[in-house]
Amino acid sequence: MTPLLRLNRVCAGYGQSQVLWDIDLDIPAGGVTAIIGRNGVGKTTLLRAIVGAQPLTGGQMLFDGWDVSGQASHHRARAGVGYVPQGRHVFPHLTVEENLSTGLSAAGGRGDGKIPAYVFEMFPKLDQIRHRKAGVLSGGEQQQLAIGRALTGMPRLLLLDEPTEGIQPNVVQQIEAALQRVRQDLGVTIVIVEQYLDFAWSFADRYAVLQRGRIIREGDTRTERAEDVAGLVSL
Amino acid sequence: MDGVVLALGQGFNGLSVASLYLLAALGLALSFGLMRVINMAHGELLMLGGYIAYLVMKAVPGTAGLLLALPAAFAGSALLGAAIEATLIRRLAARPLDTLLATWGLSLILQQAARNIFGPIGVEVRAPAWMNTAVAVGPLSFATTRILILALSVVLLAGLALLLTRTRIGLLVRAVNQDRMMAAAVGVDVRRVDMVMFALGSGVAGLAGVALGLLGPVTPTVGQSYIVPAFLVVVMGGLGSITGSTVAAIILGVFTAMVQIFVDVSVAQVLMLLLVIAFIQVRPQGVLAPRTRALDA
Repeated sequence: MTPLLRLNRVCAGYGQSQVLWDIDLDIPAGGVTAIIGRNGVGKTTLLRAIVGAQPLTGGQMLFDGWDVSGQASHHRARAGVGYVPQGRHVFPHLTVEENLSTGLSAAGGRGDGKIPAYVFEMFPKLDQIRHRKAGVLSGGEQQQLAIGRALTGMPRLLLLDEPTEGIQPNVVQQIEAALQRVRQDLGVTIVIVEQYLDFAWSFADRYAVLQRGRIIREGDTRTERAEDVAGLVSL
Repeated sequence: MDGVVLALGQGFNGLSVASLYLLAALGLALSFGLMRVINMAHGELLMLGGYIAYLVMKAVPGTAGLLLALPAAFAGSALLGAAIEATLIRRLAARPLDTLLATWGLSLILQQAARNIFGPIGVEVRAPAWMNTAVAVGPLSFATTRILILALSVVLLAGLALLLTRTRIGLLVRAVNQDRMMAAAVGVDVRRVDMVMFALGSGVAGLAGVALGLLGPVTPTVGQSYIVPAFLVVVMGGLGSITGSTVAAIILGVFTAMVQIFVDVSVAQVLMLLLVIAFIQVRPQGVLAPRTRALDA
């Protein structure tokens, strides 16, 4: 079976400094893949490269068999790549509802032009605060909004960059429950960048460890033990 | 009593000048807010609007001519603006100084082209006869043309506000303005949004050109005389803020008109410049806190 996303010797960097080196990675459809590694190893850059916010300096990227390497971000989004970036990046001066409806640009013809009902079912809080400006929301609310906005685009692949970072525990549980639903009920493939190994292991089926811009190990979280990779990830 | 009448009259003139500054500045504010580029050829978009008004109202005299000239000038300047965006601005967007230089060069080329086509001497736009009247209110008299231009800028502002707050494209413009990378990542074609807004701002400049043509002769350098106050309005308004630009235009327009009670036009211009310099020393963020991406950071 062809993977939903295939990275083929992907290189990327900022100016003179190369961050990603020859990344080969297959993301099978339907599963959850955790990208793990220490700070500054290129996890965020890898997601940015998949989204198209970071141009490739080499290699090739296929989304559902389509070469997206040189495609602009919005084409990838419309093809079904959803993105929840680190720091959430909600539009601060737009209301919650307006933020969500920007996501409709990605849904295009796949949706009916309305914010899907499941977004408010997963995050009832967003319904209560739909007329508030996103900039004044708490971190947890912003994170729910960022995920809701990505889901409004009806993605086939959802990229999450440390979605639980700096968020209070009860909201983390809610986000986890929502992501389980995204995976099981909506059948969305998920790639999650995560610092916390325990969470990565409980949520993902597969993992890939990044170190200094290279993938040094990948495998199956169902058959391998977290302790075996802990040494590669811990500080 | 005479003093009060004079002040009221100049106050009206000030608002009228403010509406011209605002029409000239709106396009600059829109494109700067969204793309952080400065289009030095913006004045020539005004000039084009003026010449289009001249041509249309020569061919179709009377009120019908004016009603035709407005959309024609809007469309003409919007098209030229879109072409400038696609050929120069987009390619140089990452290099602000190059954009400045290239659009300045373009402005010189466009001025010379106008000189070759229409000659160096100004052409007169033939306004409908009823516009050369004045409305008398007690001892005060308000030129009909100036009332119309004031009305035009109010209608345009309201239209822009509706466009930005009530339409899909307005929502996307605000999203791009606030976070360009994220807007692209949720599927917004940011380059198309750039182009639409740039063309819209250019079209508004074309309308400003019609207004200028109704007040005086259209010359190849007519845009130049309004571009400096337009830049001042944008700077004082808080780089890219529409509301801020409106407030700044009113402050500067009324200020120049009022000081002209005591000094001549040239000194009034100098005083306006000094006012802006003093103002941005005290409030570098402009009259209103800016809501633009580059200044948020």
